[in-house]
Amino acid sequence: MIKKVRPHLSQNEALLFERSSPGKRAYQLPELDVPEVDARAALGAENVRSEIAGFPEVSEVEAIRHFTRLSTWNYAIDHGMYPLGSCTMKYNPRINELVARIDGLAWAHPYQPEALSQGCMDVMAKVEAALAEITGMDAVTLQPAAGAHGELTGILLIRALLEKRGNPRQKILIPDSAHGTNPATAAIAGYAVENIKSSETGALDVGALEQLVNEDVAALMVTNPNTLGVFEHNIIQAAEILHRKGALLYMDGANMNALVGIARPGDFGVDVMHLNLHKTFSTPHGGGGPGAGPVAVKKQLEPFLPIPRIRRAARKYIYDYNRKQSIGRVRAYYGNFGVLVRALAYILAHGGPGLRNATVDAVLNAVYIRKKLEPFYDLPYPAPNLHEVVFSDKRQTARGVHTGDLAKRLIDYGFHPYTVSFPLIVHGALMIEPTETEGKLEIDQFVEAMISIAGEVETDPQLVKNAPHGTRTSRVDEVTAARKPILRWKPE
Amino acid sequence: MRYLPKSDSERREMLDTCGVTSADELFAHLPDAVRLNRPLALDPGISEYEIVDYFKKRAAQNANGYASFLGAGVYQHYRPVLVDTVVSRGEFLTSYTPYQAEISQGTLTTIFEFQTMLCQLTGMDVANASMYDGSTAVPEAAMMAVRATGKGRVMVARSVHPEYREVLRTYARHQGMPIHEFGYLEDRGTIDLEDLAHHIDPLTAAVIVQSPNFFGVIDQVKAAAEIAHKHGALLIMVFTEAVSLGILEPPADADIVAGELQSFAISPCYGGPFAGVIATKEKFMRQLPGRLVGQTTDSRGNRAFCLTLSTREQHIRREKATSNICTNQALIALMATVFMTVYGKRGLRELAQQNLSKAHYLATRSQPRFSGPFFNEFVTRKEGQSPAELNKALLKTKIIGGLPLAKHYPELSDCMLLCATEMSTRESIDLLATALAATKPVEVHA
Repeated sequence: MIKKVRPHLSQNEALLFERSSPGKRAYQLPELDVPEVDARAALGAENVRSEIAGFPEVSEVEAIRHFTRLSTWNYAIDHGMYPLGSCTMKYNPRINELVARIDGLAWAHPYQPEALSQGCMDVMAKVEAALAEITGMDAVTLQPAAGAHGELTGILLIRALLEKRGNPRQKILIPDSAHGTNPATAAIAGYAVENIKSSETGALDVGALEQLVNEDVAALMVTNPNTLGVFEHNIIQAAEILHRKGALLYMDGANMNALVGIARPGDFGVDVMHLNLHKTFSTPHGGGGPGAGPVAVKKQLEPFLPIPRIRRAARKYIYDYNRKQSIGRVRAYYGNFGVLVRALAYILAHGGPGLRNATVDAVLNAVYIRKKLEPFYDLPYPAPNLHEVVFSDKRQTARGVHTGDLAKRLIDYGFHPYTVSFPLIVHGALMIEPTETEGKLEIDQFVEAMISIAGEVETDPQLVKNAPHGTRTSRVDEVTAARKPILRWKPE
Repeated sequence: MRYLPKSDSERREMLDTCGVTSADELFAHLPDAVRLNRPLALDPGISEYEIVDYFKKRAAQNANGYASFLGAGVYQHYRPVLVDTVVSRGEFLTSYTPYQAEISQGTLTTIFEFQTMLCQLTGMDVANASMYDGSTAVPEAAMMAVRATGKGRVMVARSVHPEYREVLRTYARHQGMPIHEFGYLEDRGTIDLEDLAHHIDPLTAAVIVQSPNFFGVIDQVKAAAEIAHKHGALLIMVFTEAVSLGILEPPADADIVAGELQSFAISPCYGGPFAGVIATKEKFMRQLPGRLVGQTTDSRGNRAFCLTLSTREQHIRREKATSNICTNQALIALMATVFMTVYGKRGLRELAQQNLSKAHYLATRSQPRFSGPFFNEFVTRKEGQSPAELNKALLKTKIIGGLPLAKHYPELSDCMLLCATEMSTRESIDLLATALAATKPVEVHA
């Protein structure tokens, strides 16, 4: 019985190009108040283009209907729970959007004089300070544009420090449960990747680590809590092993929302880490971006941070470019400032005690889901979890139903799927993260849906295998999309 | 707290289900040594009203009510109302990356339209679903050329945005990708083709040229491409002012186009978030970094879209991926998409024409430093008054002048880069022009 949703009509909508008709317009420019310049004379005839073939021409009403109709084809947090493990899909407070659009912030030019940018610089200094306190680290750069960009920055910082000590080393160690960005980042930073197999309990294997760490190893990249949602209880020991051999500990902060106010990476041996402001600090995912990936470091890495650094001098903020050991810039200007504004609004709204309460509720939700679903789904790693829980499809595969099918069936119940087939150490993984912004009613409906689907696997596996049934778009042929790529519209 | 939707009794019930008496027990398994045994040293939470107040006060400490002639990669263009209307819809704002195609067709369709419009604008065959920004699109494009050619050296024009070149150097440093910079012509402000031809070699993977370049000058992309191709290198064209694509011949001779779309309704926002893009010829499609949306059908035979060619990406290929990039700038790309829709075929041309006219009107009153054709930016100087002094004088009449070039171009230390857009009024241009044209340093009076 599906309680959360029932079907309703959704509008069809053609592509913009198919809706266009010559002469339609959705704009009006002001009358030009200076003499019009002959483009061919000013630019050279060879530099002036003919019309932009195929470019849309629609009216304002058609434009707004077009995008509004398309929007109704999306699922969103504003519709309901997004149990995507590792992605931390929490509510995006609307106040964040409002403050990010205040004129003096939104229309600030990155090259306007420092004296006329003190407000922006104060926001950035506050974000740096708050993130340093939350992570227990000594310094923060806000320049990286996203999590993976932060990873790259962090690894370049490690390389710079090791180079200064005389040997940048060759390898980065990465557990097999890690996000794909970790090995990709290490490769771009010029390092070879060596995988560490997780222990039988799914944790970081410190025995294996002890054997692997030598003078060639630059760092270990670890996610904590790991991608099973389990705290790496040997983390301090791991840090000691690394530090003893002159290697560093990098923490992927994707799961920092399980630790805020409870434990600080800077206190358990982490040397450098990134944060995903679009996860822990509630900035909207926006269908895939923008994010922001600040990097927090211990003192020894501070000299290498990207330029410029904000400094407080006398009674104002200034930019310091004169930093000889800096790795350079990782992005133009100062970072995704608009995302920083949103994150700060979130931090201000919660305050110190509130941020801890959010962590506690996130963990409570995940543990509650685990208790409710454990009788119905296989739990491959029984260690206590924090903010997320990972089941496997082991019981359901006996009926020919896999994690991807269960996920698609969840759509019919009015939920976005959980994260499918990740982490890689769990065969047929169902990775579930509710976040703190789900109430009991929504979670109970989710639990009911999951239990109901487990029942359907027994009684009518085909129903699950062909899901979703209630969506306007049924299962999409991704194989043909990749085999014969059509990546743009063309006229018939 | 208003973002936590549970009542105390619900919380109690859930704790009971979990078999614990207090929430702290949920963390009981954490080792003592890792615990933070004090509250975070952050102020208590505040109300919505107080948050708005805080940010309004910060905004008031910035420039307010100034006419600005700053460009240099970040441009002040009018933002049609429809843009915010669309991106404020929760269905776009609060949705995830569209991996689940059945419930993400809204985002997927708009990205497909984005990719198409970028192809139409640039004359390329494929465009990706966006990059972080223009500055990071450039090293990603360079890495793409390295993969496509199997060579490692990259030549970049000094007339490419200085901060983009800094980012390129940061990325290149540890990848065995030597970067060689080549010059520009002192009189025209276009690239020095002889310098390029002299220093390019068979190991060169890419030649990077920006047009309009950092000085605002339309650059010699075609001639650079000929030299690059003769040596088996790819030509990467960079753009920072996307509105110029409305009037300039698309760079058909380029192999890769890497650009910044901030001009398309993305507010300057002190430098980000913006959206970059990489477009290329079909033969280099599989070397593209970042997300791509493709057309297919669903099981009922209806047209549908999905993320595709993901075997290039980090979540599948891990250390062998084309890039470590994991995000696109979907919401920002959507702003650009709505912008392109609102202006459309004629509007973008008209907008570009207005920008051209405003900048040239300003230029009639102040001699451009370079003779090459320019779009909406140009370099100028004033005898007897340094850019810093001139800017200081201008601030008194609520005008933010141009970007002084001394920092990145010591040889142009007496010059500044000025930009005029459709938002520059004749009145403010006249004021600026008067200050620029005065024979001796003057105090400007409104």
